[in-house]
Amino acid sequence: MILSVTVQLLSGLLTTFKIFALTLVFALPLGLILAFGCMSKLKLLRSVLQIFIWIIRGTPLMLQLIIIFYGPGLWLSHNIWAGNENGRIAATVVAFAINYACYFSVIFRGGIEGVPVGQTEAGLVLGMTKLQIFFKITLLQMIKRIIPPMSNEIITLVKDTSLARIIAAYELTFAGYSFMKSDGITWPLFYTGVFYLLFVGILTLLFNYIEKKLSYFR
Amino acid sequence: MAILEVKNIEKKFHNTPVLKDISFSLEEGNALAIIGSSGSGKTTLLRCLNFLETPNSGKIIVKDDILFDSSNKNKVSESELRNRRLHFGMVFQSFNLFPQYTALENVMLAEELIAKENPDYKNNKAEITNQIRKHAEELLTMMGLSERINHYPHQLSGGQQQRVAIARALALKPDILCFDEPTSALDPELTGEVLKVIRSLAEQNTTMIIVTHEMAFARDVADKVIFMDDGVIVEQGTPDEVINNPKEERTKQFLMRYAEG
Repeated sequence: MILSVTVQLLSGLLTTFKIFALTLVFALPLGLILAFGCMSKLKLLRSVLQIFIWIIRGTPLMLQLIIIFYGPGLWLSHNIWAGNENGRIAATVVAFAINYACYFSVIFRGGIEGVPVGQTEAGLVLGMTKLQIFFKITLLQMIKRIIPPMSNEIITLVKDTSLARIIAAYELTFAGYSFMKSDGITWPLFYTGVFYLLFVGILTLLFNYIEKKLSYFR
Repeated sequence: MAILEVKNIEKKFHNTPVLKDISFSLEEGNALAIIGSSGSGKTTLLRCLNFLETPNSGKIIVKDDILFDSSNKNKVSESELRNRRLHFGMVFQSFNLFPQYTALENVMLAEELIAKENPDYKNNKAEITNQIRKHAEELLTMMGLSERINHYPHQLSGGQQQRVAIARALALKPDILCFDEPTSALDPELTGEVLKVIRSLAEQNTTMIIVTHEMAFARDVADKVIFMDDGVIVEQGTPDEVINNPKEERTKQFLMRYAEG
């Protein structure tokens, strides 16, 4: 029994990991673009983005996921998502990437604005371009500042992947829950918790490592 | 011949005039001290020279090259703006060293980035980097920091950080080196080491503009002194004229307040 539960949970973990990793791949750059948009000189762009971020942060991720998964099929009368596990994962990643990009953008903006303006000015008077200043001076200082809030968000993301169950993506929580439904046993649920704890434990070690790596400067 | 000519500079922030009809010139190899109380526009003037602020009107001419002319409304490209900035070096009150780089890397960074734009860079990368490193080491040694080149800014005292910042500003060989209250953020016992370095630069005939509250230092080091108040130049001349024998009432009052401490 324990073996078959483990196999099922590992399969669920794989889906959980896919959602997690793909969300980061899309949400991190998208969040940076949103952050720059929110600092733009164009007032209209800033306002539009602020309203968008308000809506995304102000409504439940589960609701967004349901709309993104079922909406296109109902509005366009044909479903844009493939009718299999990959289709469900894709819809989940789209919903998650948009949602997390909004949260990341706020953290990024805080990180960028937290770097003293004197750093940029020192770069300018040394004849650096804006891109050089961002990549050679601001970026690393910003990363150092945002590691603690980002680690919070990313750990939350690990557990938010369980929301994908609402559109029947076979992720880790779904896998553990299915044993309770089919066999009436609860211990796989606790076993499932162990998987999450290990996942988050590894991430925590990783963040500690990055923080230590960046502790050489202040 | 004047290396720098500033003509009729005006600068407003939200319709509040901060600089009013500022004109002066500076001879090559001379040190100019700008004195005046806080809020008199000294720092804004330096920032205009470094193009961190754009004046509303006036002209800035370096070596007969018109760097800024408000009557010319053509938009300047970013690369053109960079070239203009490179005529000036800037040492900030709060040092603004890059915390993630060592003293040596702070001094090398800008020169390396400029070298990378040269098409020959890829072929002679090691050699060019070595030259830049040697130059940076020389500058830091000149600042008395040869033992500290691999330290990060947070491992250095304020006085040491400011000396790294001076080396960094010198690395690109600016025509004119600007100091914005270079010792104001330092503990009193650390100001001496920074002033000593600036003094030795003056002795080597570095063209400098120094915004400072160190009146005795200005008198000793400067070839020319400008006293600013409320956005205008009240008085300019030799240190003897402006600091020892001021003509204007406002200058006298300012210096008196200083003497009283």
